[in-house]
Amino acid sequence: MWSDVFHAVFAPGFFQNGSVRQALLLGSATAILSGMVGVFAVLRGQSFAGHALGDFGATGASGAFLLGAPAIWGFLTVGLLGGTAMDVLGRRPRERDVATGITLTFILGLGALFLYFDTTHSNTTGAPMTILFGSIFLIDPALVPITLSLAILTLMLLFVLYRPLLLSSLSPDLARARGVPVRVVSILFMSALAMTVEQAAILIGALLSTALLIGPAATAIRLVKRPGQAMTVAALVGLLATWLGILCAYDSYNWPPLHRGWPVSFFVAALLLLFYLAASAGATSISRVRIRRNPYRHFPQTWKKVASPRERGDA
Amino acid sequence: MKQLMRKIAPLSSTERTVEDTTRDAVLEVRGVSVRFGARDVLRNVNFVVREGEFMGFIGPNGAGKTTLLRVILGLLTPTSGSVHIDGLPARHGNSFVGYVPQKIQLEPDTPMRARDLVSLGLDGHRFGVPLPSKRRRLKVDAALAAVHAQSFADAPVGRLSGGEQQRLLIAQTLLTKPKLLLLDEPLSNLDIRSAHEVVNLVAEIAKEQHVAVMLVAHDMNPLLSVMDRIVYLADGKALMGPVDQVVQSSVLSQLYGYPVEVLRVKGRILVVSGPGTEASAPEEEPLSYVE
Ligand SMILES: Nc1ncnc2c1ncn2[C@@H]1O[C@H](COP(=O)(O)OP(=O)(O)O)[C@@H](O)[C@H]1O
Ligand SMILES: [Mg+2]
Repeated sequence: MWSDVFHAVFAPGFFQNGSVRQALLLGSATAILSGMVGVFAVLRGQSFAGHALGDFGATGASGAFLLGAPAIWGFLTVGLLGGTAMDVLGRRPRERDVATGITLTFILGLGALFLYFDTTHSNTTGAPMTILFGSIFLIDPALVPITLSLAILTLMLLFVLYRPLLLSSLSPDLARARGVPVRVVSILFMSALAMTVEQAAILIGALLSTALLIGPAATAIRLVKRPGQAMTVAALVGLLATWLGILCAYDSYNWPPLHRGWPVSFFVAALLLLFYLAASAGATSISRVRIRRNPYRHFPQTWKKVASPRERGDA
Repeated sequence: MKQLMRKIAPLSSTERTVEDTTRDAVLEVRGVSVRFGARDVLRNVNFVVREGEFMGFIGPNGAGKTTLLRVILGLLTPTSGSVHIDGLPARHGNSFVGYVPQKIQLEPDTPMRARDLVSLGLDGHRFGVPLPSKRRRLKVDAALAAVHAQSFADAPVGRLSGGEQQRLLIAQTLLTKPKLLLLDEPLSNLDIRSAHEVVNLVAEIAKEQHVAVMLVAHDMNPLLSVMDRIVYLADGKALMGPVDQVVQSSVLSQLYGYPVEVLRVKGRILVVSGPGTEASAPEEEPLSYVE
């Protein structure tokens, strides 16, 4: 009976399948990286930039298909170039969204053109599927070491930038006055963001590459209140979503309508939304309990003056 | 145990009018002009801040106060003129100067506790991840205590009030052990009581840690009881001196380039555009101080 449940959850072959193992390995690295970088992307208000980077990568990958090169190089090259362009164009926060929007529309247009050629003129009709939905089960094993090394390098870069990033997220002028090379830090973080998003795009597709970036981070900051904790929780949430997503995608080969498997990105995005909603509900009820126990726990200066409705007698 | 909110006794008028030139200059601003495009934002600004002095830096919105602070911090090169800090040309990354910016970007959900923000004062400019240590913790605790912030030390910063955030920024800056503290409009967006608390706190710190302060404000009234001298900035030009010498109808009218009226009402000073208000203006009384 237990083995029936086991086989229902883990469809036969899940543990023996080489591409599943490879998917779990790459997925884990990307989930950890995305979660940790995502905390800073959210903190710095760069979720939109992250999303744009996913689209840039898609254009790069469509171009790579045209040239017959591996999609990964297209993703990374155009992602890094686009990220740098956005950073240089948008020096002030208010200009940033406009700069992102302008760069984005142009590159998306180019991407549409490339995809059109991919599907009509060349022999790569599978390109849109790979680019938009990812190819987590179909990565060329030769590219695995490269992808893993890039993930580790990007993570190291994030740790190096950790303190100046926090400081310049609060106030660029304060960071600059303290001697932080704010421009350099900003461009390096944009590169780290680009690397992260593109790695996610290769696995789960350009459409939903930011799900792994923003979802876990948004969930984490509902639950914890320290930067290090937020990074850890985000990484764990991302891992869980990725593992469950891969499992569901594998199982879904037996599902209707086509019996050809559903995209991993759908499962990952759906699970992340679920986690986020649960965390929001949890955070709200936790803070309710805390406030009932000790209403002034965090707010001794400001809240003491405000009587609760019950104390005022109008509850 | 330190007294909470120690009252700073107002100095007498004679004490504050004398510039103590025996004390070393920590900040010398000489002939600074800044031009943005065709606009002169600062024109030949001169003043000196001396060791341990509390300087009020007053001027209407858009007068160029933040611009001048950016020049002093080495973030902006003036079109002409020079700034010397402790005898050396201004440069950024100078730990002699502490800076509290006008505003910081904080979402309510920012995953940072009050003490995380303060600890950035210790080594926030360094690359790499900080390693927790007892020494670090004690230093941060001391800085939190100096601004009376122990009670919300572990609260998420994004959910604190403006006054509380302002105090944390001051604590953060104190950890860099500055000898000159620049505060950009720390009182705007604060209610009267919090503004008063922040002013007294800064005065207390200035005295205890022997730090010179330059506090920017568009309203001088909350500062009347604590500041030694004033730099008044209007129309890109600046005047330095004791409050009762600088803040006079004739002096300020010349600075603004059009008639303004200085009204002293119940120990408060109002600068209004004149001379139409002359009829309702009371006789000029000697300056008396708030409280
Ligand atoms: N980087 C800049 N480029 C162009 N104009 C600027 C710049 N910074 C400030 N200004 C202008 O200089 C004037 C003074 O600004 P600011 O120093 O911020 O005034 P304050 O702090 O006294 O309110 C304002 O009119 C502002 O628009
Ligand atoms: Mg200003």
